[in-house]
Amino acid sequence: MGRHILHVDQNCFYASVEMQRHPELRDKPLAVCGSQEERHGIVLAANYVAKPFGVKTGMAVWQAKQRCPHLVTLPPDMGEYIRFSQMAREIFEDYTDQIEPFGLDESWLDITGSVGMFGSPMTIAREISRRIKFELGITCSIGVSDNKITAKLGSDYKKPDAITRIERDNYRELVYPLPVEDLLYVGPATSKKLRGLGIGTIGRLAQAPTDTLTRKLGKMGMVLQTFALGLDPSPVRKSGHIPNIKSVGNSATTPRDMTCDSDVELMLLLLAESVASRMRELASRCTVVEVSVRDVELNSFCRQRKLETPTCSSDEIARTAYGLFRQNYRWVRPLRSIGVRGAGLVEATAGTQLSFYPEDARRDKWERIDGAVDHLRQRYGYRSIQRARLLADPLLGAINPKDDHTVHPVGYFGG
Amino acid sequence: MEEREKRYVPVIVRFEADGKLRPLEIEFDQAHRYPVDKILDVRRAACQSVGGVGDRYTCRIQGKESYLWFEKGRWFVAAKRQ
Repeated sequence: MGRHILHVDQNCFYASVEMQRHPELRDKPLAVCGSQEERHGIVLAANYVAKPFGVKTGMAVWQAKQRCPHLVTLPPDMGEYIRFSQMAREIFEDYTDQIEPFGLDESWLDITGSVGMFGSPMTIAREISRRIKFELGITCSIGVSDNKITAKLGSDYKKPDAITRIERDNYRELVYPLPVEDLLYVGPATSKKLRGLGIGTIGRLAQAPTDTLTRKLGKMGMVLQTFALGLDPSPVRKSGHIPNIKSVGNSATTPRDMTCDSDVELMLLLLAESVASRMRELASRCTVVEVSVRDVELNSFCRQRKLETPTCSSDEIARTAYGLFRQNYRWVRPLRSIGVRGAGLVEATAGTQLSFYPEDARRDKWERIDGAVDHLRQRYGYRSIQRARLLADPLLGAINPKDDHTVHPVGYFGG
Repeated sequence: MEEREKRYVPVIVRFEADGKLRPLEIEFDQAHRYPVDKILDVRRAACQSVGGVGDRYTCRIQGKESYLWFEKGRWFVAAKRQ
């Protein structure tokens, strides 16, 4: 027997929440934007009045205002969006306990076991849609299918405030003509490769020879074909289930461009402190350090290095990241943002191979210093203790990467 | 439709032993205090007219039904604009 999966997507979520509480803005073009002072000045969400003007998520605020001069912009209120997300979840919980959130505004629901009690999947979808409208005052679009990928295609198929059922009987008719880019995990790079093979639609991907796809895209080729055929077997992860964390990363768009090695060194120290502190909260150490940068023209790259011994010392992470950076960047252009990630996490309590050499004693010392700093900050606040190095540049040094960062994008594969 | 505005109001509330809230009296302003005769319904609802989402109490006040919202620890009504 097939499963019944719903994908609920709350349309233009941030903008819709703002429209709900500001009735006077409902018929005006509206965008929720990151703060311009700190240069995160991009559109996070736009409403359906603004979209026809060409205002898109991810666009810089000045670009959006150019396209739509009377655009109303509001700063984001994450607390309120989380509250709405939680209230939506409470509605879902009346129908199933198998709820997998994908960001704040999307969720998959496995209602296979609920149809006996609440009626057909379409009935449940209609009820959820009606309740979201009544209880939250915003709209959602819902995809109804037998797997997660197709359910997501369904919720994207018609927006806003719509329900689309895609099952075996109408699958080819609805899905095959869609562009491949509509599939989850077909981003710009994959799209280019697929289009190079003459594959422009999901139907073409479904019917392409598997070995060609594997040759071009590796094992992702096969996965994507399974998606295109509507045969994604992945389960809806149960609510409350926390997957094993495999990496911890932090990045920041700096208040001013970074122009020299010392700017980068300072930022890496700052970010490494936050990454190391989060790893210690998870009682883990990393075995791989990764650094990623993005320049002012938005070109980016990322490099990683495996460590001799697992670490959660901020100093070691920062030094490794800085070494990687020095090796790989020649200052063609100033940098706009930078990130550090600790990957290949292992449990801190697991046995580690000790070395004969004195650097281990040093590492242990550093980790204990970091631990002490954690304690101090927990009791007296983030700014109670700081590296003197950070005071050298008040603008960059003032960022608090650990607490100021907001929502992490989540990976589909539970990575 | 007549113009309405979101008006936060002081409310005298009784906390029941089971944690339920029962609004007893709405102090609209100095001159107008309205005792709540009966709570007819409580449910989560969005307030379309003035914006806001919370627990909506349908109250009978002087024979008329009106809504009182409890949102993030504050009470509000959709009041006629004066």
